Amino acid sequence: MSEKTPPAAGPAAANAKTRRQVMRSLTMGAAIIGASLFGFFPVLRKWTPRLRPPGAIAEQDFLAACIKCGQCVQVCPVRAIKLGDLDEGFGVGVPYIPAREQACDFSCDAVQCVLACPTGALAHAVSKKEEVRMGLARLDRPNACLARKGEGWKGAARPAPFKGLHRYAHIDRWKPVKLADYPYELELCDLCVRECPVPNAITLEPLSADPADKRRTPVVHQACTGCGMCEMICPTEPASIVIDIRRQWGDA
Amino acid sequence: MSLLSSIKIMLGAQPERPRCHSSEATAMHEAKRQVKGAERAKEIKAAHASHNSHKWRNIRWATLIFVNMVFVASFAFDVQLVEGSLTASRVIGFHMADLNSAIQVMLAYKTILINLVIGTSTVFFLWWLLGGRTFCSWTCPYHLLAELAEKLHLFLAARRMVVDYPLHRGSRTVLYVVFALLAVISGYTVFESISPTGIVSRALIYGPGLAMIWVLGLLAYEVVFIRRMWCRYICPIGLTYGFVGAVSPVRVKYTLENCLHEGDCRKVCLVPHVLDCTKKTYAEDVSVAIGPDCTRCGLCIDACPTGSLKFEIKGLNKLL
Repeated sequence: MSEKTPPAAGPAAANAKTRRQVMRSLTMGAAIIGASLFGFFPVLRKWTPRLRPPGAIAEQDFLAACIKCGQCVQVCPVRAIKLGDLDEGFGVGVPYIPAREQACDFSCDAVQCVLACPTGALAHAVSKKEEVRMGLARLDRPNACLARKGEGWKGAARPAPFKGLHRYAHIDRWKPVKLADYPYELELCDLCVRECPVPNAITLEPLSADPADKRRTPVVHQACTGCGMCEMICPTEPASIVIDIRRQWGDA
Repeated sequence: MSLLSSIKIMLGAQPERPRCHSSEATAMHEAKRQVKGAERAKEIKAAHASHNSHKWRNIRWATLIFVNMVFVASFAFDVQLVEGSLTASRVIGFHMADLNSAIQVMLAYKTILINLVIGTSTVFFLWWLLGGRTFCSWTCPYHLLAELAEKLHLFLAARRMVVDYPLHRGSRTVLYVVFALLAVISGYTVFESISPTGIVSRALIYGPGLAMIWVLGLLAYEVVFIRRMWCRYICPIGLTYGFVGAVSPVRVKYTLENCLHEGDCRKVCLVPHVLDCTKKTYAEDVSVAIGPDCTRCGLCIDACPTGSLKFEIKGLNKLL
């Protein structure tokens, strides 16, 4: 390396050159392996907990079994599924659903993402929406909930520039519309119950025994699939109702 | 050269000058030895004066861009011709899966997945037919980016602004084993999180993200320090496909007779060790099939002023 030494010749120089090359190769190899292991941080420290698409198997197996191809992204009619980025470590290219921005509303009817998955990371055991268990809805901010305050809602549930889509069967069976383009006029806000795609997953119950009391509270039942529709459509900011990722009925 | 020794070279061994030649080859080498230096220099100059071809490179770039654009357009316009990305896809309903990604997934998940077996067999057959590493130069989007970075590297190197620090080719073999072990031990597809092939393919189809910073960093490093670092010394995908195409019918064939041994082919080659037979007196026979590490990119065919390197389909002549 030193500038003073004259260009050496013979096997000694060749050896030195080979040695330097091997050292370089080892350093580079170690650097590449080191870079690949950075993926552990976001995963083990749970930097970015994600709501996984319908049928997702247990989280560690899911990250392993997913081949990161995005076929699930492509079949979703409301484009609810996004792929993880570098900050998700081994979750790079792994699908998730950002429910508040765009929930899964089962527009496709038959869990298309599960059918599209080539590796069974979205388990084919799930064949209809009622069998999906992505998480559970939970009333996170009861004091903000409009129904609990006895208030109604006028206008779009999520006004522009919100881009989220929802399928209204009575408008078009196959073409979802923007929530921002669909105005409501409700005496009492029941959006989470009204637009829930799963039967008997959530109901509004009276808050008191007084029949004159308009106030109601959303109650989540065992049928909840955790699709996130209620989280997306909740008109309060931030949402009063959220999905607890991967929580199952009966979990603490 | 035996298949075994050519695989050894792919794994990192230095190619050696063969100890014995066929009698025709010996005669041809001897005839070439008779040609005087000045005369040969004149021959080389004359051959290059009338030679400037980018035929195969252009066909290949067009193919590479087309294949990737089919993926992009299928999603963007919802054509459903090809669904997925380069790691796994469905082409008109047929499962296709990248072999290396499929191996990583099965090692990490420790389950034989039937769809992946179906998908990889389709891909295996395709790439066996075309020669395994054809995937690299004809399909992989990172390969194209790296080729452009290489051009920049060579441009700067010619002006003495950068110097190539080559690594030992065995590092790819070592990393291959390490990544396989990491997948088994950790239970995560560790390599996939840094694979520029997957990252670029997904960025094209689903839109770029932070992960492209890693890819751009790699490219910058290749420009400044190590020519074609990823493809030459690191990428396990290349090695996986190298094995698949080791005995492929489509290959590049070298013919000794008109070769001027000036070495232009080796200068443009991603894997110059496969072209060792083009060195003076290194060809064992009058024609030699280029080894399994070859990506069939055709750059050497374009570069050769004497037509001594050509694509060949094994057995086609006999068949016709």
